[in-house]
Amino acid sequence: MKRKDIETKYHEERQALFDGLRRLDRRGFMKVAGAATGAVLGRSLVHPMSFVPISVASAATGGKVERFRFAYISDSHLYEKKLNERFVRSLLRAVDDVNKMDPQPDFVLYGGDLAQLGQPGELKLGAEILKSLKAPVRMMVGEHDWYLDMGEKWRELFGEPSYSFDHKGVHFVVLNSVIEEDFWTARKMTPLERMQTVAGLDNALQNRFMVGAPQREWLKKDLSRHAPSTPVIVFSHSPLYKYYRPWNFWTDDAEEVQALLRRFDKAVVIHGHTHQLLTHRIGNIHFHGMLSTAWPWPYAPEGLPELTVQMNRADPFNPQDGCGDGSVELHPDGLVDKVYGLWNRNPVTITRGYMTSRGRTDRPDAPSLSSY
Amino acid sequence: MYAKRVAIGALLWLGCQTGSGAGQTPRARSERAPTEETVEVKLCDDRTTTTVPKDMPPTRENGQRVADSLMSQWKREHPNQAWEMKVTQSHPTIPPPADNRKVLEGAQRTDQTYALFTERDVLTWERETLKLVQEGARVFHDAEAMEGTIGVSCDMCHPDAANTHPETYPKFQTQLGRVVLLRDMINWCLEHPVKAPRMEPDDPRMRALEAYIIAQRKGVTLEYGKH
Repeated sequence: MKRKDIETKYHEERQALFDGLRRLDRRGFMKVAGAATGAVLGRSLVHPMSFVPISVASAATGGKVERFRFAYISDSHLYEKKLNERFVRSLLRAVDDVNKMDPQPDFVLYGGDLAQLGQPGELKLGAEILKSLKAPVRMMVGEHDWYLDMGEKWRELFGEPSYSFDHKGVHFVVLNSVIEEDFWTARKMTPLERMQTVAGLDNALQNRFMVGAPQREWLKKDLSRHAPSTPVIVFSHSPLYKYYRPWNFWTDDAEEVQALLRRFDKAVVIHGHTHQLLTHRIGNIHFHGMLSTAWPWPYAPEGLPELTVQMNRADPFNPQDGCGDGSVELHPDGLVDKVYGLWNRNPVTITRGYMTSRGRTDRPDAPSLSSY
Repeated sequence: MYAKRVAIGALLWLGCQTGSGAGQTPRARSERAPTEETVEVKLCDDRTTTTVPKDMPPTRENGQRVADSLMSQWKREHPNQAWEMKVTQSHPTIPPPADNRKVLEGAQRTDQTYALFTERDVLTWERETLKLVQEGARVFHDAEAMEGTIGVSCDMCHPDAANTHPETYPKFQTQLGRVVLLRDMINWCLEHPVKAPRMEPDDPRMRALEAYIIAQRKGVTLEYGKH
């Protein structure tokens, strides 16, 4: 085990005390108040912009943030193999990509929409294919997985859709952000009709996505156990902001969810659903989209976040163009570099420097074929 | 007698609008030739008829029964009658066709037969044009209607017909090595991503698809040849 120098130890102890203070009730506060006083005074002397105290602070919360990488695969929209082999082959390609990564990623996030119409056969096929990943898989649910049986089969295969875990000093949260208010009962829709309606991106019969009050309450509790210095990464299928309402590139209660993340120094949201290079920043929260393995979506006619550098228009003659998978590199400062592993093109990396400088540095190349 | 007909007519109209009570057993029997004791009532489609007793009291209840009888017949013969409504509800953002009410103004319109349009003409143009566009929206979102074999429909890559840019055709399509029209690209998509047979240029579905794709770009400048 690596030895810690005296200064690190001192900062760690002090930070642990601060973390404890944040979670204290009144009685607990009285107990440690005396011990805290000296440390609090000490801390106020540290220059707030200094690099050292910040990194030490994150080292002292739930463990040191180590540099690591995780991969993602998303939006495969599988039909059963006998109906459509193309989407199956694309998912297999993504699995191959990830299995070839060296070193292997710490885990693989599956970003939702494993199935196209939520059929048990589609979900089982997807689960079977994902089993061949060498790294452990973290599953997220998408609307295409959910609305045939309201998540019954998905839960049976993969467990509850919202959960959290800690990894190398980072707190991860996985949400089910594709909850829609009931539009089907009044219209007397069958489960398949409900599924097909939600599966139509431009179908206005459905409602808007949301995380919903009960899940927000759970999220609030879950996050309350963590100090603001803990880097938080949230996985959601829909973007946790409002981009384009008619296509549900949208989460209706996005502001409420963002409010829960605001107190953290570093918060990153990685989302699926939009099938495109998509970059956004709201205050401390950095948002990154994921590529689909099945097909790219065009950019919406309005609402595109300013930080987004669009990808070149997809070549319609190449069925896998604009599709792909990718990875996320976690740095000890708690921020991420997001890699879009576009098939048949050079990968595009959205660095943390690009995000923190609000696009002034590290800007990826502009597209030559802009979207219509 | 006139008043009575109007009363039934009004109820029939109500029946048409709400379609309520379809499937109830009506007192009036449909498709029966009128006799001396009965009178024939016709639906607003000018085809569907039913007969009612001549001495039937013209109450609202009786009128409703007649309306229900006619509507249930009509619905049997038009099982997919709600398709337009479905399209309108699913795709409410389809831009409306151009407003042509201006042709109803101006002094010259009265001295030339061609210019003698009525409000009914203007409404007909609008409704018929929109209907073709809506039919296009239906086909666009329906793999089966295109005889697709792998469950893929146009909207899966082109929500609201985005990124179809009909205003850029004709243009040289590098991958095909020739100048193409919108319909050539539709056929290419049918054959490849959709895995459906090509459509003849005058196939009603091709015409409808073109109509929908073009309608979605209302207001965009024509820029043929643009890449």
